[in-house]
Amino acid sequence: MQCELDIFFLEAVLNGLLLAGLLALLALGLNLVFGVIDVVWICYAELVMVGMYGINYAYKTGAPFVVAALFGILLVAFAGLLLHQLVIRPVLESAPINQLLVTGGVLFVLQAAATLAFGIDFKTLGIRLGSLNIYDMSFAYSRIITFAVASAAMLVLWLFLSRSYIGIAIRAIAQDRQIMPLMGVDHRTIYLVTSAIGGGLAGLAAVLMVLQYDIYPQIGQQFGPLIFMICVLGGLGSMIGGFIAAFLISEFIAIGGSCFATEWGYAIAFLFFMIVIFIRPQGLFGGKA
Amino acid sequence: MLELANVDAGYGGFQALFGISMSVKPGEAVAVIGANGAGKTTLLRIISGLLPMSSGAMTMNGVPLREIPPHKVIATGIAHVPEGRRLFPRLSVENNLKIGAYIPSARAKFSERLAFIYELFPRLKERRSQLAGTLSGGEQQMCAIGRALMSGPKLLLFDEPSMGLAPVIVAQVFELVRRIRSEGYTVLIVEQNVRQVLKFADRGYLLEAGRIKTSGTAAEMLASDDIREAYMGL
Repeated sequence: MQCELDIFFLEAVLNGLLLAGLLALLALGLNLVFGVIDVVWICYAELVMVGMYGINYAYKTGAPFVVAALFGILLVAFAGLLLHQLVIRPVLESAPINQLLVTGGVLFVLQAAATLAFGIDFKTLGIRLGSLNIYDMSFAYSRIITFAVASAAMLVLWLFLSRSYIGIAIRAIAQDRQIMPLMGVDHRTIYLVTSAIGGGLAGLAAVLMVLQYDIYPQIGQQFGPLIFMICVLGGLGSMIGGFIAAFLISEFIAIGGSCFATEWGYAIAFLFFMIVIFIRPQGLFGGKA
Repeated sequence: MLELANVDAGYGGFQALFGISMSVKPGEAVAVIGANGAGKTTLLRIISGLLPMSSGAMTMNGVPLREIPPHKVIATGIAHVPEGRRLFPRLSVENNLKIGAYIPSARAKFSERLAFIYELFPRLKERRSQLAGTLSGGEQQMCAIGRALMSGPKLLLFDEPSMGLAPVIVAQVFELVRRIRSEGYTVLIVEQNVRQVLKFADRGYLLEAGRIKTSGTAAEMLASDDIREAYMGL
């Protein structure tokens, strides 16, 4: 154990911050969909996995990375649309447990399909960006880029949600569904747009993750539980809550991991989560329980 | 302008309205009065498309409302100020107004109408960036009316605008509705506050247990002994 306020501690804090950008982006997509449609996409991390394979495929066929990235974002946005239209829409009026089960079913279908199509080996794009070294600290450029792009994407989404008609309708529908027809808003359109944005955010996360992580069919299991924990900690449906929870959890992981061992970082984060949920079951910023 | 012929409606197996026939002419202020549960709110929900009718016909300026989906009703010129105001509490006042201008024909006139509403209700302009949920009851009613006006309606439906407000605010709200009226809008208003509403309406319908019991000019209704006894406690 070496938990002193030295430069390695600072490095851990900053690396936690860099991780938080990615986790906040992931939580944002899930929260957006839940806030608007009131359905949890259990298979959210698997959509990211689909995006990663899509980007890998495009890149390996010779497309430049930016083109492959764009392809990945569009692919997952389209997957979000399909998920809503084919899987969620038929169960919109059903009990919440059924909605969880169908999206949970999609999780296994996607994992199995990826295993069949691509095998269980780890794949990588083979892009090495190196790291930024300041004093004795080292930060992977891929993480810095991830943080910058995730922050920019969240800013753009925020502007969209606070300025555009569709964006305001998306926020309004999360607050009062029944009266939307009085505003001339067709909720089906809003649901589709939201699903596409939710998918697009998962696609963007995939773009950032292929720079840092290997691709394999179960990668969703590495991130899925973490994303849900962040969303629930912040208050499901609360985008601000998810944002703050992402930073808290990342710092627990990074600092805990640096002081003790990586596994400890996750254990401490989950312990913190459990304590908060005992005290505030609705999450830090949750309105509805 | 608005015509209803033999409209029936209900929720599931429960029938709430029976053979309603009524009309609203351009420039009129029409009041629908009746006790709790008489079907007043259901009537407005039918007109604005929130609830489908089970039989009958309804037209707005000749457009058959039964054949268009609920979210297209507003484009025929009907705006509904719902019971309990139903603002979006975590959106700013200005964004509440903006969502009122969601339909394509209204978007083009957003700035012009926003300026008109801020002129009509300067209080809303002062509070434009405040969350709607933090407004007082009277201000919320202004915002709800403003939101309805943003779509550029010809006919405004008011559902119990005085409900849940302190007596001094109730008087202000009726003043607001009167001002809307004087701006040339046609008004269909549902109220339990019979005396107040008949003071400014041109005509009235009395709804009892889902049926129109009587109708007439506001003066006739105010003078009717039945109405005075049953609804005004005189």
